[in-house]
Amino acid sequence: MVIAVLSGKGGTGKTTLATNLASAISEDFDVQLLDADAEEPDVHLFFDPEIEHEEEIELMLPVIDKEKCTRCGKCAEACQFGALSVFDTGVMVFESLCHGCGLCTFVCPEKAITERPKVIGKVKTGRIDQKIDFGMGILEIGEPSPVRVIRKLKENIDRNKVVIIDSPPGTSCSVVETLRKVDFAILVTEPTPFGLHDLKLAVKIVREMEIPFGVVVNRDTGSYTMIDEYASEETIVVLERIPFDRSIAEAYSEGKLFTETSPSWKIRFKELAEKIFSSSGVS
Amino acid sequence: MFQLAIVSGKGGTGKTTLAGSLSSLFDSIVMADCDVDAPNLHLILENKLIEKFEYYGGKKAEISDQCISCGLCEKFCRFDAIIRGGPYSIDPYACEGCGMCVAVCPANAISLKDNKSGDYFLSQSNEIPLVHALLTPGEETSGGLVAEVRKLAINVAERERKELIVIDGAPGIGCPATSSITGATYVLAVAEPTVSGNHDLARIVETIRHFKRDFGIVINKWDLNTSKSAFIESWCGANGIELLGKIPFDEQVEKATIMGKPVVAMEDSKAAQAIRRIALRLKRRISGGVEE
Repeated sequence: MVIAVLSGKGGTGKTTLATNLASAISEDFDVQLLDADAEEPDVHLFFDPEIEHEEEIELMLPVIDKEKCTRCGKCAEACQFGALSVFDTGVMVFESLCHGCGLCTFVCPEKAITERPKVIGKVKTGRIDQKIDFGMGILEIGEPSPVRVIRKLKENIDRNKVVIIDSPPGTSCSVVETLRKVDFAILVTEPTPFGLHDLKLAVKIVREMEIPFGVVVNRDTGSYTMIDEYASEETIVVLERIPFDRSIAEAYSEGKLFTETSPSWKIRFKELAEKIFSSSGVS
Repeated sequence: MFQLAIVSGKGGTGKTTLAGSLSSLFDSIVMADCDVDAPNLHLILENKLIEKFEYYGGKKAEISDQCISCGLCEKFCRFDAIIRGGPYSIDPYACEGCGMCVAVCPANAISLKDNKSGDYFLSQSNEIPLVHALLTPGEETSGGLVAEVRKLAINVAERERKELIVIDGAPGIGCPATSSITGATYVLAVAEPTVSGNHDLARIVETIRHFKRDFGIVINKWDLNTSKSAFIESWCGANGIELLGKIPFDEQVEKATIMGKPVVAMEDSKAAQAIRRIALRLKRRISGGVEE
């Protein structure tokens, strides 16, 4: 079973939830924990995983053979991303705009375009404490899109295990790539108007993609009840609420799991997993 | 015109809290919310919609019933966006609109269609113009929408002779984040004193340097972990990075957010005082003065 943890708004507690959940249920299940927040991956900071394998993710960029190029402009005309421009001196490639689709190479009548790989990120895989399978995507600084890195990371999914994926924030293409083919989504929110606004956006996505989901309210102080009102209006299940507790915030700030220091929370996270399994018909 | 971009790398460190407060501490200002897939600034600034614009980002392929199910499109598509069947179809979440399938289809069954990826808005918040946007959930080209927000903010600032644009940036280091800082005169990175915060701060600083922007740092909720804050401070010192201030954890911030106001618009608090000091430093920088 594949479970994605997402949030819409950043900083609501995705990583807190994903890491504590993975650790708590690893006592009873085979678990795989994947960090798909390739722009700012943080899961590894909580575990110190042993990395066994590293793979570079490449984008194929066009290379123009100046000898063969007649500056006919067919490549620039075909490119949907404005990544090629014809100048008097030749055709110029704007690397940051290129999606690596290969269309320019395909349409060039002179066969003047070849491709060269450019590393845009990495996928690292390994083990945590000899028991949890671990994987993370890392986008190179200056690269625009983590989508390919996430796609490659997800090729490692082992469906015989309980797979927990820490998603990027927001509701754009990288989140959609994370959510493709997952079985359940946990939407983490915070009880503020910001949290509610962005939760609604996240709900829109999971509903459109027809992914079953539930909500976890993090840093709950009880002073803002609109999340619960929204959830009950929309018949959305609130799976768990984690109170605002300075000791939980401090554990997080130090890169520690609060389920490790609090046995009662470990039990609650196990129960959270059980709720998800039973709602999805997995035993 | 001075463009101040507020970014963070890690989400939820307090960009919008700071940006919202700055809006009431400067006189001649335009606000731009560049976090287009989770926009929140309009929630703490009173706003009246003036004008709405539609945003068409990339295109998406569409396969008609002329499809002969030959499978060539699937073979050539590098984005895993072709779904087999009779006729074949396109996975809109995976399609990047490159047009390769259109070029290879022997039955002329595929075309590219314009795809509306969001809206952007010009609103008025009291005397302050506010430009904001909403990406259609799940869309790509969020960097393109960020660019539209910035462009409109610049136009409005020129038209109304405003001296400062404050950009509430997108989290992360990818296209929406970098599009938020392109053209910025000065970038302010909001850090938080946690292991993740430190890690992400290092990556956003590297990104800002990659794009060769002038920048400084503020630490938010600094007293939640004083030793991590001290680490950030000494890291800034060692790397010659300007630290513009530290904002303490303050329950007044959450109260203000729930009331839909910037924290400086509430009764005075520790966080509001710290933000006022940061605003003063920014004012000196904007007017070209040197910090002693």
